[in-house]
Order: sequence, then structure tokens, then C-alpha cells
Amino acid sequence: MKAQMTALLGWVDERFPLTANWKAHLSEYYAPKNFNFWYFFGSLALLVLVLQIVTGIFLTMHYKPDAALNASGVPVAFASVEYIMRDVPWGWMIRYMHSTGASAFFLVVYLHMFRGLLYGSYRKPRELIWLFGMFIFLMLMAEAFFGYLLPWGQMSFWGAQVIVNLFSAIPLIGPDLSIWLRGDFVVGDATLNRFFAFHVIAVPLVLVGLVAAHLLALHEVGSNNPDGIEIKKKKGADGIPLDGIPFHPYYTVKDIVGVVVFLMVFTAIMFFMPEFGGYFLEYNNFFPADPLVTPPHIAPVWYFTPYYSMLRAVTVNFFWIDAKFWGVVAMGGGVVILLFLPWLDRSPVKSIRYKGPIFKSAVAIFVVCFLILGYLGMLAPTPLRTLVSQICTMLYFAFFLLMPIYSQLDKCKPEPERVTG
Amino acid sequence: MALDDKVDCGRRRLIVATATVGGVAGFAAAVPFVASMLPSERARSAGAPVEVDISKLAPGQMLTVEWRGKPVWIINRTKEMLDSLKKTDDKVSDPKSGKQMQPEYCRNETRSIKPEILVAVGICTHLGCSPTEKFKTGAESGIEADWPGGFFCPCHGSTFDLAGRVYKGKPAPDNLEIPAHKYLGDTKIVIGIGQDGKEA
Amino acid sequence: MKKLLFVLLFAPLVALAAGVELHLDKAPNRAGDMAALQNGAKIFVNYCLNCHSASYMRYNRLRDLDLTEDQIRENLMFAADKVGELMRISMQRAEAKLWFGAAPPDLTIIARARASEFGSGSDWLYTYLRGFYRDDKRPTGWNNVVFENVGMPHVLWELQGQQVMGEGHKLAIAKPGKLKPEEYDALVADLVGYLQYMAEPMAQTRKQLGVVVLIALGVLFVFAYALKREFWKDVH
Repeated sequence: MKAQMTALLGWVDERFPLTANWKAHLSEYYAPKNFNFWYFFGSLALLVLVLQIVTGIFLTMHYKPDAALNASGVPVAFASVEYIMRDVPWGWMIRYMHSTGASAFFLVVYLHMFRGLLYGSYRKPRELIWLFGMFIFLMLMAEAFFGYLLPWGQMSFWGAQVIVNLFSAIPLIGPDLSIWLRGDFVVGDATLNRFFAFHVIAVPLVLVGLVAAHLLALHEVGSNNPDGIEIKKKKGADGIPLDGIPFHPYYTVKDIVGVVVFLMVFTAIMFFMPEFGGYFLEYNNFFPADPLVTPPHIAPVWYFTPYYSMLRAVTVNFFWIDAKFWGVVAMGGGVVILLFLPWLDRSPVKSIRYKGPIFKSAVAIFVVCFLILGYLGMLAPTPLRTLVSQICTMLYFAFFLLMPIYSQLDKCKPEPERVTG
Repeated sequence: MALDDKVDCGRRRLIVATATVGGVAGFAAAVPFVASMLPSERARSAGAPVEVDISKLAPGQMLTVEWRGKPVWIINRTKEMLDSLKKTDDKVSDPKSGKQMQPEYCRNETRSIKPEILVAVGICTHLGCSPTEKFKTGAESGIEADWPGGFFCPCHGSTFDLAGRVYKGKPAPDNLEIPAHKYLGDTKIVIGIGQDGKEA
Repeated sequence: MKKLLFVLLFAPLVALAAGVELHLDKAPNRAGDMAALQNGAKIFVNYCLNCHSASYMRYNRLRDLDLTEDQIRENLMFAADKVGELMRISMQRAEAKLWFGAAPPDLTIIARARASEFGSGSDWLYTYLRGFYRDDKRPTGWNNVVFENVGMPHVLWELQGQQVMGEGHKLAIAKPGKLKPEEYDALVADLVGYLQYMAEPMAQTRKQLGVVVLIALGVLFVFAYALKREFWKDVH
């Protein structure tokens, strides 16, 4: 039996780089041995991607992207979601997995990005990994935005209406651009169908491609670690980094533990509180979309709220252009500025462990501001809340824009030669 | 060396144990997804049993109802029609209904519960066309001189007798399907539920 | 720096003060009480399911409430023939809008839709159905404490009686109905319990399965962690 398996493997290897890739990316890919808690989130992000695709495929078997009203006066798309919940065997479970997975995806990705921030994983020579990652983040936001329209509830409809209208704020081309995006003068059936196409196939294909690129770029250079030092600098006689261990079996086995713990949290939410207090499944979205009734309070889903806060924070018209447009610029800028991180950080050390008090305080303030912005984005605006949003937005941008200066002024500690715990 | 063996053995056992537990969990997780592809409540509701009132069905007449998207014929056979079945016994390929194209309680000469009332799915067992009724006997039928009455499928020429049994040498391989059905009183038939009360 | 952080941390709490407040009574919990839910189903089908549809709910799903198909067919089906049908109504939405000003919404998932930071959907419905009062300025003659200027009349007025809005925004019964206040409250609780069930019929199954899944994952965790520890013995 073993001889036949070896022979079969040999036949494949002569025609396809199976064993070669297994070695390069798993059994002989040497990763630093000091990965900590923050290093679980990459593999978890991959897990959630797979989960979303699988649950998504099964949902697509039953969901109908049609905004027309059925015999009971309810939009077909909305009714098809309830059909999945009630009439499709186990449909309710697949639906909850997908809705919980969407929020889980963003939580995991935000924590994954934060790890990069803590340990300088974006620094040379890993800038491209960071850029691919940022494009994944942008695509993920698009995927979530397109997907959220599909249930065709009140929040779905009006959220899409508001965001697409933002594009109309672009000078000169705005209004026509919005019509082109919608395929109609208002968000309607045309919009629903094209968002379905984007959400189900176009963006997932791009996402999978970007994830592959992200991992290839990582493996080309090798992983960073909590100490921010390059393990490839100290190799043994066999050419293997002294502080490196093969990804398989050590990190495959460790990541499995991470997956099980994640699944425990995930299933606890999915089975006991799928709505999560209205944050994962918004209450107002249980009303079918009504173009004639605007909800009193439109807020995006929690993972967009930090950037939504920035959008609303800009209330002053600059030059001859609306504040609305500058709000869009601020919101977009908030995401885009992350792209420049590899070139803004001029510190001689990579990891926060060896950076000085200025950088540590800056990160603390950044985190607090991000969380406050996220919280305020869920609430209706008041003058005080707007002021706080404005302060936090400025601090958010200051974290990045001033980084070239304070990262060089900082008093850093000497990096170790070999990795620590 | 002996120590290495011990470690390897324990490690291997643990791998196998974990893989087994994981495999069971994975299989259990896959079941709902596969099950979700089974007919939904909506499909089952659309395929629900159909009640037919035959109180107005005169002898020699045929009624067609829809069940699970298929035409189901209900024929009130006259004495002549029932007698013709003895004549077609040696013209049909499965006179005793040996092949399971009918419920057990319809495996008889007339392929029915009540001798006069035939309940059959009106779909040719060749490729699925719906045969036309040819109750007129003899040359008038346009089929053959001693045609005793039955059904003719226009697609490929298969013929069936008045118990839905397929003639020899025709493209269709089987007798017409008799669906599970039962009587609710004398003049009401419910198609889709068998005599044992179970849904088809 | 620390002061700024402090201010920033507490600012949101101050900002919470603004916003429209809803005071909702807590709906009694009828989940799992089959007799109450059956009663609720009966009230729903008799009083609500003519103007309001429940078009995602199948009649035969009521088997969840320990009812047989025959019981459902004989007692609860007025507008449909087959027990597998959906709880639709014959009134067209366009006509309903014309007659009532607003089309009565489908009620299948109303108990989920009416949840808010002020209480659960059941709380909202429980307060709503007990919060109608006489208001001659309204075309129906009725208004409601939870839903201002609602287009719906007080369908259950014969049972509750007629309430009026008195001093200090308090409701009081001016003309008693067929039921005493406690009896009416219990009836509404049953109806709301039914609406909560109907909004998510698989809720009980979901929670029961959740326990099983978590236990299974717990077992898997033990093995996975043991395996990790075993392999990582090699790493120093």
C-alpha cells in the first residue's frame, strides 16, 4: 500500500509541483518559533473566508435577488431569506453562520491588522504583503457592502441609498456616476441584481486571488515575529534559521487549537445570540425595504462605524465644494492612509517591544480614538458627539501623518540578537 | 532508540485520536449542508396529496388531475373495458404487473383498488410524453382493426391497455405508474397517500 | 495627555443623554408554554389574520405547538385549504393602503423587527396591544402610547374595554370590556408569546443544538490542545 502511494505521488510530482509546494509552504517553510496570540488571526481569517464561501454557495441555492413584490406584497428577495430560515432544511443555521461570519471576518481582520501595527509587519521587506492586505481589506468592505443589500430590508435599502448617494457628492461626475452605479435613479431591482453578481462571484474571485498573492508575498520574504527581528540573519550550518521551526507540523497543530477556540466563540454567538443585540443582525432589517419610509436612524453595520464617524465629522465646506464631499474624502482617506504605513514608520526598530514611549502612547491614543469613532458611528449625531468625532478623526490622521517625525524622535531600546518568548 | 519509539507511538495515537474526533465533527458539520439540498417545505407543500371527487365521473369517462407536476388519470371503466383486459393479457409485456410500477394493493388484474376505477400517472414510461386516450375500439381508433381500447403515445408509438399495461415490442419498457392512493369514502380519492396512510 | 484620554473616554457617556425614549412593559415569558402558545395562535388567527398576513409562516409549522394537522385544519384555518399553505390573506396591499392609509404590515417576524435598545420586540408588542386609548382626533377614534397616530384601530377593544389618556400621561379604563385587566393582560401575553414563537420557530432547536455543538467542540479542544502540547515539546 505504502509503495503504491509513493509511486502515485511520484507520478504526480513529475507533472505537478505537489511535493515541492508542500515543502516550500508547509513542511520546510521556517517560521519564527515565538509566535504569540496575535498570530492566530491570519489563519482564522482564511478559515472565515472559506466559511463564508461555503455558506454563501448554499444560500445562493435558495436566495432570489428580486425586488418585485410577491403575491403577499412582500419583496421576493426579502421573502426568500425567510424561506431559507423556515422552509429549507437547516437553512436557518446556514443563514446564521453567514451573518455571524460576516462580523467575525471583520473582527478577525481588524485584530490581524493590529498585529501588523504592533510588530511592524509592514516594514521592509514586507511592504507588498501589507499592500496586498490593504487591498484585501478594501475588497472585504466592498463585499460586505454589496452583501448587505441582498436581504433587502430597511437598513439594507437605506444604507445602500446613502452610500451610493455619497458618490453624487463628487464634483462634476458625481450624479451621473451614482446613476451608473445604481443602474437606476434610485436603489432598486437593477441595483439589487448587480450587487448580487458582485457579491457572489466578482469580489470573491478577486479576494481569493489577493489572498493567494498575500501568502505568496509572505512566503517569499518569511514571517515577521513579536520581536521584529529577522530570523534569516542567523542560520545554522544546514541553512535553516536558528529561531525557525517548520510551519508544518508546529503551526498547523497550533492553529488547529486556535480554530477550535474560535469556533467555540463563533458557535456560541451563532446558536445563542445570532442577532448579537442588534449589531450582527440589525432589528430594523426585519422590515422589508420601503422606498417611501426612511428609518429614523440609519447607521451602518458596526464594522463600518469608525469610518462612518469620520464621514459625518466633516461639517465645514471647503472652497466651493460641499462638506459632504470632504466627508467622503476623510472617510476614504482614513482607509487609504493605512496603505502608506510602511513608509511613514521611520523607527530603527520594527516591534513595539523595542520602541519608545512616544510610539507606545501614539498607538494607545490611536486605538482609543478608533474605538470611540466606532462607538459614535452607531449613534445619532449631536453637537457634542460631532465635536468628539472631529477630535478623534484628527488624532487618527495625526497618528499617521506625524509618524515620520515621532518615530524618529522616539528613544528605542536595543533589539535582541535572537528571539525572545 | 527505544525511547524514540515510545514517543512516536504515543504521538501517532494522539494524531489518530484527534483526527478521528475532528473527522466526526467535520462530518456532523457537513450533514446540514447536504440536507439543505433536500426538498424544502415549499416543495413538499406543492407536492402534497391531492383530493379528487369522482362522484360525477360517469362510466367510460376520464378525469385528469395534477399531482407533483404530473398528470394523473382517473378512469371509470365500463364492463366492456374491463373485459377487454383479458383479451390484452397476451399482448402486453408484463401482464401480471411483476415489475413494481404500482403499490402492492394494486398488483392485480385491474391494477386498481376498486375494479372500475383506474388511477394512473399519465406519463409514458419511454421518454415522458403524455399518451392520448384511445377508448374507441376497432378500426375507428385509427390504430389497428382489433384495437380493444387503451392509450397511444404519439411521440414514439407506444401503446397501453385499459389497465395501463404496455404492449409488447414497443419503445416504452414498463406499465404506466400507479401512484399511491386511497379512498376517503366511496367517491373521494386522495392521490399521494397510500393505503397504509403514508405519504408517497 | 492623560487628562485628554480621560475626557475622551467619558465624553460618549455624556452624549448618551439625548434621544427619543420609549418606556416598555416587560412581556411575560411564554416560550415553551404550549397551552399559552396554542391560545395565542387561536387569538392571532381569529383577530389578526384578516388584515395582517403572516406570509412566511406555514399552517403545518404549528405542529411545533403540539397540535396535530387535523387540529390545525379544523380550528385554525379559515383562509386556506391545505395545511401546508402559507398564512396569506386575500386583501391586496394597494387596496389596504387606500382603505387604512397604510398597508397593515406582515406580522410573521414583527417580534424581531420591533426590538430596540428599549426592550425586546415582545416588550414592544405587549405594551402596544395594551396601550390603545380613545382619541377623537384620529380617523379610527384610537391612538396608541407606543405608536403615535397609528392607523390601526383597537381590534381587541371589546375584550379590554376603552382606555383614555388621563392626567400625567396615565391610561385608565373608562368603559370596562369583557375581560378584567389581568385577564386581558394574560391574553395579550399569550398572543405576544405566539408572535415571538412565529418570528423564529426554530429558536428552541437552535439553543438545544448550540449546547451539543459547544460540548462537542470542548471535546475536540481537549484533543487538539493535547496534540499541540505533544508536538511543541520539541521546541525550545
